[in-house]
Amino acid sequence: MAKVTIDGIEIEVEDGTTILQAARKIGGSVVPPAMCYYGPLKGSGGKCRVCLVKVTQGSAKDTRPMPKLVASCITQVQDGMVVENTTNEEVLNARKGIVEMLLINHPLDCPICDQAGECSLQDLSYEHGVSATRYEEERRSFNKVDLGPYIQLHMTRCILCYRCVYTADQITPERVHGVLGRGDAAEIGTYIENVIDNDFSGNVIDVCPVGALTDKTWRFKNRVWFTKPMDAHRDCPTCSGKVTLWARGEEVLRVTARKDQYNEVEEFICNTCRFDKKEMNDWTIEGPRHIDRQSVISANHYELPVINVPIVPNLPTSTKKNLPQH
Amino acid sequence: MGLKILTEHINVPGIETLEVYRKHGGYKSVEKALKTMSPEEVVEEVKTSGLRGRGGAGFPTGMKWSFLAKPEGVPRYLVCNADESEPGTFKDRWFMEKNPHALIEGMITSSYALGANTSYIYIRGELLFVLRILEKAIAEAYAAGLLGKNILGSGYDLDLHVAPGGGAYICGEETALLESLEGKRGNPRNKPPFPAVKGLFQSPTVVNNVETISSVPWIVNNTGAEYAKIGIGRSTGTKLISASGNINKPGVYEIELGVPVEEFIYSDEYCGGIWKGKQLKAVVPGGSSVPILPAELILKTAAGEQRLMSYESLSDGGFVSGSMLGSGAFIVFDEDQCIVRNTWNYARFYHHESCGQCSPCREGTGWMEKVLHRIEYGHGHQQDIDLLVSVAKQIEGNTICPLGDAAAWPVAAAIRHFRHEFEWHINHPKEATAPGAVYRGQLDAVTA
Repeated sequence: MAKVTIDGIEIEVEDGTTILQAARKIGGSVVPPAMCYYGPLKGSGGKCRVCLVKVTQGSAKDTRPMPKLVASCITQVQDGMVVENTTNEEVLNARKGIVEMLLINHPLDCPICDQAGECSLQDLSYEHGVSATRYEEERRSFNKVDLGPYIQLHMTRCILCYRCVYTADQITPERVHGVLGRGDAAEIGTYIENVIDNDFSGNVIDVCPVGALTDKTWRFKNRVWFTKPMDAHRDCPTCSGKVTLWARGEEVLRVTARKDQYNEVEEFICNTCRFDKKEMNDWTIEGPRHIDRQSVISANHYELPVINVPIVPNLPTSTKKNLPQH
Repeated sequence: MGLKILTEHINVPGIETLEVYRKHGGYKSVEKALKTMSPEEVVEEVKTSGLRGRGGAGFPTGMKWSFLAKPEGVPRYLVCNADESEPGTFKDRWFMEKNPHALIEGMITSSYALGANTSYIYIRGELLFVLRILEKAIAEAYAAGLLGKNILGSGYDLDLHVAPGGGAYICGEETALLESLEGKRGNPRNKPPFPAVKGLFQSPTVVNNVETISSVPWIVNNTGAEYAKIGIGRSTGTKLISASGNINKPGVYEIELGVPVEEFIYSDEYCGGIWKGKQLKAVVPGGSSVPILPAELILKTAAGEQRLMSYESLSDGGFVSGSMLGSGAFIVFDEDQCIVRNTWNYARFYHHESCGQCSPCREGTGWMEKVLHRIEYGHGHQQDIDLLVSVAKQIEGNTICPLGDAAAWPVAAAIRHFRHEFEWHINHPKEATAPGAVYRGQLDAVTA
């Protein structure tokens, strides 16, 4: 076991735990943001650099600070380690800089993006970004690409977090896509115009932190905050069948895997559950999905009953006379 | 003439053949090490020698070797980093082309020290002609019993392979190199674990530069203590310097570390002075990734002492007044060179070569290049200079591998030492964009 202090809060965690995981055990503002790290995916993390933190004391044995900021998602804690996240100016400045970099080529098309309301970059920009960019050069843009019948790739929005690549590599039998090219010309692509059509391919949509990979059965159907999320399950021979249904009225608009508070799926689901089961009758409804109060998705989801207050218009008598009488 | 360790016989006709190489004392270190020394003794000699990695970082080689994990039943690997592609750096290519057996001898001795039975020379894919020279030399070594099973009857086995890379600068970074060698895309790995613990094929691995490995035979033959006597301070031994730019005699020179920079630039033994007798303007002393220094700081340290060709002297005072020895790519600029154009050129290179894995490097290198391009072509704004400094700062230290630093340092240093030149480009775009125009210290003195 190792004792680690993050932003002044001490916690004891198992050896081998990363700083990010330790911070998640504490919760709240000490948790660094993460765009590329994704718990269920082995090897993810270390790329986006938004989770950088300052280690002001390496361990109880070696009290020297680490010379550079470290990526909290891949750095393991040591006993006696002291970490600063939101309490360190250097960290906040670095994070602000990285948000600015991430937004260089990411369009601010939140009003038309299907990920709006569920976008990690949107949250990150809100919490750490600045209102204006200093970038005035031409931006990178791509045409949309259909990756088979269910998934559309908007490469323009991609921040190259590699999550979908790890997903395809680790949970699908045939990996047909990856990163092509180099530097800011790098792009997610399929080899030789391939399609992603294996039975778990839809999970690349769930892991995408931005709106680069979208569900073609849900695109432009609705805004996420207008839908009602419900936990539901079915007896599926391929996956656990445990999902979240996103419905408006009786119509199921979207099916996703269930995600935790850090937007990481609890269990990956198959394409049949995700794309083909869009009837209420297909599912056993467990109840409403709890959505964090801070999330925009919680908008319009009133938990208290709405009280109907009679409206008594204060109109001139002459107008009242002309109104239809009930 | 300074002492020559690596290049003593480099101009002997036929030295690239095993026969001539052996006539001139080649492969003696293999015989000595394998027959009379234990692997630990070889490591100890290298530690005593104070040899530092010649690829650029300058980390003590013996110490690096001693970090190598030695779990039971797991193979260990030695990988020679021959992926040389930084602008201005060409010493390893030249050395391998001229004297391939020196590297092979070093690989055998070093592999024995590290307990590696399979070793690789990872070479840049474009250098096919060098690859063929190496393959021919390796075949000769196999035929002579210097490679393969039971080398020289010592009971030690070693297989040596040459692996051509895909031709990306990032593949010279040791973890990206290992990824590439494993047949994957050459993206740097997150560290830890370091290659000494989990390297090639998840096994303990040492990655060393061509020059580092080629220095080991001399150390084994003459002892580490003798090697440590050469050079100055913690910069022991000799170093290959690839000198280029506006000098009379560009080329590769072997120097004893500690030679004054002034002597290196102006003496006939080395660079032979500035081309056409012009004034020295600036020097990049260790490859394009290290900070540039103006003439007054390359010849003298911050304390006013003579600057020496050594790790310590060149980094004197940090980046404010110093730079780095790096890979020893000594690039000289005369008074007619435009620092803005040169900085843009470097930025262009790093933008092109960024692997794109981490956000600050992927986006920042391109941003810097575009701003520098704007300034160079007369469309810059006054605030662009501070913007460049800020972007460089956002990249530096925040990336997975050192490519981010390599891209940021030249830009930050150029502005630190030549800010007036950037300002001139911005404030006098018409003059600055005239063909051949260069800032000469006074705004009206423009040479076209």
